[in-house]
Amino acid sequence: MDPILLGQAALNGFLFGGVYSLMAVGLSLIFGVMRVINIAHGDMMVWGSYLAFILAFRLGLDPFVSFVLCAAALFCLGVVVQRGLVNRVLNAPHEMQILLMLGVALVLENLALVVFGPDTRRTESAYGLATVWFGPIFVDVARLITFALALALSCALYLFLFRSDLGKLIRAAADNGYGALVIGADVERIYTVAFGIGAACVGAAGALMSALLPFSPAAGFAQTVTSFNIVIIGGMGSLLGAFLGGLIVAVAESLGAVLLVPSLKELVGFVLLVLILLFRPQGLFGGKTP
Amino acid sequence: MSALLRVDAIEVGYGDLTAVRGASLEVRPGEIVALIGSNGAGKTTTLRAISGLLPIRRGCIEFEGDRLDGLQPSKVVARGIAHVPEGRQLFPTMTLLENLELGAGAGAPRAGKAESLEWVFQLFPRLRERQRQLAGTLSGGEQQMVAIGRGLMARPKLLMLDEPSLGLAPVVVRAIFDNLLEINRKGMAILVVEQNVLRALQLSHRGYVLENGQVVLDGLRETLLADGHIKQAYLGR
Repeated sequence: MDPILLGQAALNGFLFGGVYSLMAVGLSLIFGVMRVINIAHGDMMVWGSYLAFILAFRLGLDPFVSFVLCAAALFCLGVVVQRGLVNRVLNAPHEMQILLMLGVALVLENLALVVFGPDTRRTESAYGLATVWFGPIFVDVARLITFALALALSCALYLFLFRSDLGKLIRAAADNGYGALVIGADVERIYTVAFGIGAACVGAAGALMSALLPFSPAAGFAQTVTSFNIVIIGGMGSLLGAFLGGLIVAVAESLGAVLLVPSLKELVGFVLLVLILLFRPQGLFGGKTP
Repeated sequence: MSALLRVDAIEVGYGDLTAVRGASLEVRPGEIVALIGSNGAGKTTTLRAISGLLPIRRGCIEFEGDRLDGLQPSKVVARGIAHVPEGRQLFPTMTLLENLELGAGAGAPRAGKAESLEWVFQLFPRLRERQRQLAGTLSGGEQQMVAIGRGLMARPKLLMLDEPSLGLAPVVVRAIFDNLLEINRKGMAILVVEQNVLRALQLSHRGYVLENGQVVLDGLRETLLADGHIKQAYLGR
């Protein structure tokens, strides 16, 4: 196998990994704070992609600018879903939460189908086809920008969680929900903000990814599964794990597409999952087994 | 003297189970009150009801003359009651300092926070040295100090402690109970739940004995320590 081809695939995967990281960080944050698995995560992402598409199509906004608006819109959607639905099942058995989120996923997917139709779309970006060559290896500019933005957003989230009072309260609630209640934290507000931020992360990821890959309303579920896969590989509840897990899975998928067949790239991610579950069930960065 | 906290004939339960049936008690300003009883007597449930963590089915709870029952836990803390729960319930992956600061509440003024922090560090000098350490890596005694310190950061009028001696070596328990006396000397009222009956009574001005969710006996420390039933059932004499 040509080493240059492999290196090129690894680099492409790594740069693409930023969006995987961002969406997994969002899922991990929601799960870490509320112990709720957001099965609608991938469908929220698809909505982020469509919003970026519409903003590009109608207003000519580049997705590398409009991702901010998409994140804000998804934040609002997350707040509504949390306040209106998730809040009611927080103390219900897990299967009830899963059913509810599955319902939200179906509604979002079919709503996208009604509004945007079944066709596959791709958001136009001014940087869509630009490349820079470094010797034998090229860098896809769109991927580079995507990676830089995803990294910046993740760092901003990190600063928010570790420096601000509200961020510290979110971490406290994730660490020990009962403890947060005891010290008089407004747990409902914490949950609402955490769900909103989680949805905003995946909304931004969807907007950024829409310039790299084609998407359709049906793409959501696969993204949910991928996000979940990444979070388990990185370690449930670990944001750093989710971020690095996103890069690892993206590189693995990219190499898999070259070494095997492109249509088998997902297989590599799941083999990775099986290996992790066999040898390190708590995930790469998970502290304790739940 | 009028009561700071008045719990009047409350009934509290979980589902079909009634854990507290008609318990009443009072804490007056500046007092240390012990709530003692065996496992499952309803002590923890009583504290959780006062904190608003569990709803009461009957009776009422008053603090400084105002109704307290029905309020959210955050409102109860804001009224001036801090709860140091059983098992400490710290935030293990956050630093000791972060744990303490969270106790002051998100809206607390910075200056007040620094002052409270200084007081906590004076009470527990060991905590000052370990500020940057993650709470989950502290020893049991240190974790209990952090839990108490976190409660104090809210500047409460009443500090409620649930089993502060649980799982700690006797020498550590003695030190922590000395700290509680020192906190009380500043005028803060304390309500302490304990299975360690002798130690709890020695610390307190008054006590209540809870059995099967009901107060079966109450009185001054001396009365309770001399009581035949208490000697037989709790002190093993």
